Amino acid sequence: MTQSTILSLVVFLPLLAGLALLLVPRQRVVFCRWWTLAAMTAGLVASGAALSMMQKGAAGMQLVHRVPWIPSMGIDYFLGVDGISIYLVLLTSLLGPIVVLSAWRSIGEKVREFHFLLLLLQAGILGAFLSLDLFLFYMFWELMLIPMYLLIGVWGGPRRVYAAIKFVLYTIVGSLLMLVAILYLYFAHHAQTGMYTFDLLRLYGTELTGPQQVWLFAAFALAFAIKAPVFPLHTWLPDAHVEAPTAGSVVLAGVLLKLGTYGFLRFALPLFPSAAHAAQPLFLVLAVIGIVYGALVAMVQTDIKKLVAYSSVSHLGYCVLGLFAFNISGFSGSLFQMISHGLSTGALFLLVGMIYDRRHTREIADFGGLAQAVPWFAATFVFVTLSSIGLPGLNGFVGEFLVLVGAFGANRIAAAAATTGVVLGAVYMLWLVKRFLFGPLVHEENRMMSDLNGREVLLLLPILLFIVYLGVHPGPFLRRMEPSLHATLTLSTPGPGRVETLRMLQLSTGSLRGSGTGWKAGAEGATAPRGASVPLLPATAPEFTAVVPAPGVMDQVLTVTASAFAVSASAVGNGVAR
Amino acid sequence: MTSPLFPRIDAAAMASLLPFLVFVVGGLLVLLVDALAGKRRLPWAWIAAPVPVVALLAAAVRLGAVSGLTPRPTAFGGQFVEDAFGLYVTVVIALATLSAVVLSDVFLRRMDRYRGDYFALLLFSAGGMCLFSSSTELLSLFLGLELLSIPVYILSGFFRRSLESVEAAMKYFLLGAFSSALFLLGGALVYAGTGSTDLAVALRGGFQPGASGLVLAGGLLLLTGFLFKTAAVPFHMWTPDVYEGAPTAVTAFMAAAVKAAAFGALARALVVAGPSGVPTAAAGFLWWVAVLTMTVGNLAALGQQNIKRMLAYSSIAHAGYMMVGLAVFAATGARELLAAVLFYLLGYALMNLGAFAVVILWGGEKEEHLEISDLAGMGWKSPTAAVALALFMISLAGIPPTGGFFGKYLLFRGAVTQGFVPLVVIAVLNSAVSVYYYFRVLVALYMRPATRPMEYAPSVAAGAVIALCALGVLVLGILPDGLVPGMPSSLIGLVREAVAAVR
Repeated sequence: MTQSTILSLVVFLPLLAGLALLLVPRQRVVFCRWWTLAAMTAGLVASGAALSMMQKGAAGMQLVHRVPWIPSMGIDYFLGVDGISIYLVLLTSLLGPIVVLSAWRSIGEKVREFHFLLLLLQAGILGAFLSLDLFLFYMFWELMLIPMYLLIGVWGGPRRVYAAIKFVLYTIVGSLLMLVAILYLYFAHHAQTGMYTFDLLRLYGTELTGPQQVWLFAAFALAFAIKAPVFPLHTWLPDAHVEAPTAGSVVLAGVLLKLGTYGFLRFALPLFPSAAHAAQPLFLVLAVIGIVYGALVAMVQTDIKKLVAYSSVSHLGYCVLGLFAFNISGFSGSLFQMISHGLSTGALFLLVGMIYDRRHTREIADFGGLAQAVPWFAATFVFVTLSSIGLPGLNGFVGEFLVLVGAFGANRIAAAAATTGVVLGAVYMLWLVKRFLFGPLVHEENRMMSDLNGREVLLLLPILLFIVYLGVHPGPFLRRMEPSLHATLTLSTPGPGRVETLRMLQLSTGSLRGSGTGWKAGAEGATAPRGASVPLLPATAPEFTAVVPAPGVMDQVLTVTASAFAVSASAVGNGVAR
Repeated sequence: MTSPLFPRIDAAAMASLLPFLVFVVGGLLVLLVDALAGKRRLPWAWIAAPVPVVALLAAAVRLGAVSGLTPRPTAFGGQFVEDAFGLYVTVVIALATLSAVVLSDVFLRRMDRYRGDYFALLLFSAGGMCLFSSSTELLSLFLGLELLSIPVYILSGFFRRSLESVEAAMKYFLLGAFSSALFLLGGALVYAGTGSTDLAVALRGGFQPGASGLVLAGGLLLLTGFLFKTAAVPFHMWTPDVYEGAPTAVTAFMAAAVKAAAFGALARALVVAGPSGVPTAAAGFLWWVAVLTMTVGNLAALGQQNIKRMLAYSSIAHAGYMMVGLAVFAATGARELLAAVLFYLLGYALMNLGAFAVVILWGGEKEEHLEISDLAGMGWKSPTAAVALALFMISLAGIPPTGGFFGKYLLFRGAVTQGFVPLVVIAVLNSAVSVYYYFRVLVALYMRPATRPMEYAPSVAAGAVIALCALGVLVLGILPDGLVPGMPSSLIGLVREAVAAVR
């Protein structure tokens, strides 16, 4: 697989596998499952290959694949990846096979169609993360809608139809207004340069007046704020989560929500920096409200899945908070939090789904004392809980910590208020653990429950490994995402630095040579040698120190980590023993 | 020499009228065979089907021939013009007619009303549409209008034992006749004010300072006639009842072909009238028509339980989207918008024909299943047709990667260029509303348990129509520029050329 086509492979492999699935007779459900698992695994391998082909330390777009698609409109098929999107792509690809495994037993009817939609959804998400042409991005963005709608509406719970249509309507209102904004931007760019293009890297350079920026930012931000979701646009999320089948919830929480925050990072902030800065106070407030409100509402839930759903509102609040801190710690923390939330909350939904498959209830009151009946399940649940509440040493801590450091640099009050969310997060999750897993085993039917089986261990294991790995050794991840985040941060900051950064970024993809003018631009991109992307920063980025404010802080982090690990381990040990 | 009074009728003139002649002569032949056949039951659809095929080929061939010609071929002293614009609309009409003929074959057999005159009427109406969308002169325009309308009135009431069908026909006929009369009166006033029935001469000169007020009144009445045929608010009241009551195959024909012809004719009239022929007030009026048509159509569609009625309101809403294009064109003269309308017309015709085809296919012997709840569970019992119906609904809702999306994209793109951002915002909010009712069909198809046994005789012909429409919708959405960039297969290039050809 060559440099230029690997990303297309990543996107279209699930799509083609899905279409091929439709040719399989319906009755062959076992084949459908294996086929989808194989396709998802192959997709994961392809994403891994893309990662390995990427040049470290480069900020620009890499592995660019560009072909004129609708030349009369200046629309290109234009994919590329950088240090930001690669991790989201990897997360999506990693959850792919896991989701298929999680549905192995719980989806018994319409199996072929279910897996077809999963593959279609996967293709849509990956395409949206990798698109560098706004029109193409919009296509993929909308393409995700239908499969998710059907996954919720067909395989969901009792109120599935309501939840599904609510999901669609919320999303579509935002995205249609974004379409208008995209068109407006396209014309503003044409008015300045005489060139029609949806090339994101060119559109970054569009000069807009203040009011124009504000309106366009508002339209983009609405679409992404609905998707993320940012308070008060979050109300579709608990419904969609509770009604969706486990696989749907995992994809929804794991990656779909990240498209909202990714959208801010990739589009809304760098395209409209002045407006974004002007909106900073608003978004800081909304993010903090989301963090605290999500946590408080999660606390009073009686349905475990709903609780986890509201915890997502809270966690995504951190991502938004970090973005609107407009500093490198905030950005890194936000992106890291996106990944780790995908892992932790994905795992929580998987675990809730496993319990639901066994008992067909998710009411907390129906459980209690599960640690006695299903110790392995309980241990895993506690472990994931600790990751979710940001225990140092596990993944959740790194993201939250960096976000809070970043927020502190931007606005101390917001940071302080957001920190209460960390406490509240511990409260609702640990309280859940207490009521759910510990205490007396009052319901006799729970005693008969079987513990995790081999398939469930297999699907949880990769997530657990990454939870630990990201927690104890986040350095390589942070270093790799940092050059791109730096570039994005520069673009998101109004000022003279933008122009130079933009030029470098454009050079890295051949956007400067003119897009949509024919095959030549695409061919040049395609044959670009491996080192073609211009590193914005030296590979050994000294800027890593900027992520963590002072050199000594990292040591402190590790010390805190180690001690907290010890404390929590003993706590868990005690709990299980009791 | 040609003079307006005694135009020379020669081979060239006849050639430029070819699609029209094919339809009308074909209709007459079908009628003749019907008369000769007496009570015998012939395969009428197979007798009628070659006519739209030939018309389609003729239009396509002429389209290739005229696209390069600068002096436009005209016939009958310039009453009728043959240009890429008219031929493009003719292609859409011929496609819709062909589909309608095929669908009618299935439908009429089931309903036991299989008769030859029905098909003749379809063909006459199609002939009228060709005339309507290619005329630049008031009288021939009126001739086209009547020739397209009267057969459709009859077709609407073709099931004369069905109360709804008769009611639909009556309603359509009365209101239609009324609007035709207004149109005729408008033409008369314009003629009285300017002394010419040529659209260009009459309207361009008519609004000069000091011109007679008759022209303004006449122009307004003409516009009313057009708006009635396009089912724009406030002239839309007939649409739901007629669409619901008419035989389903006729409804499909109306939704696809009548709409195409009406928008084609209105667009041409606006171009021919030119900037001086469309006063600012008229452009502002069209702005409001567009907004109201979209909004009323979409809001009314929300509560509909009957799929034909829902599609009727949806057709009003889509008329509104296309009216956005015309309103912006009327205000700015940007032809890009008309190209978008032409693109939209084809996409709209395909998705409607496809949707009605599925509805017809799922009907039973002498009965139809027209409630949305009747579709419950069809997604699992009849997956292929259901996927197609779902695709048409997604396309109608304007979600990529479909022709419905790309059509909207082109319209909104053009409107945003011209600075009509508020209008586009209203349009996209309307699109968002429309998602609700289109997705109700998806809910029924996939998320409700089946309520009735699925027993229908599969029909190869209807299946072919569905498949081709689905394919067309996808191609328009994914490859609107053709597979190879720069090739003449590009539909966008074609509609742009077509619009540029109008003078």
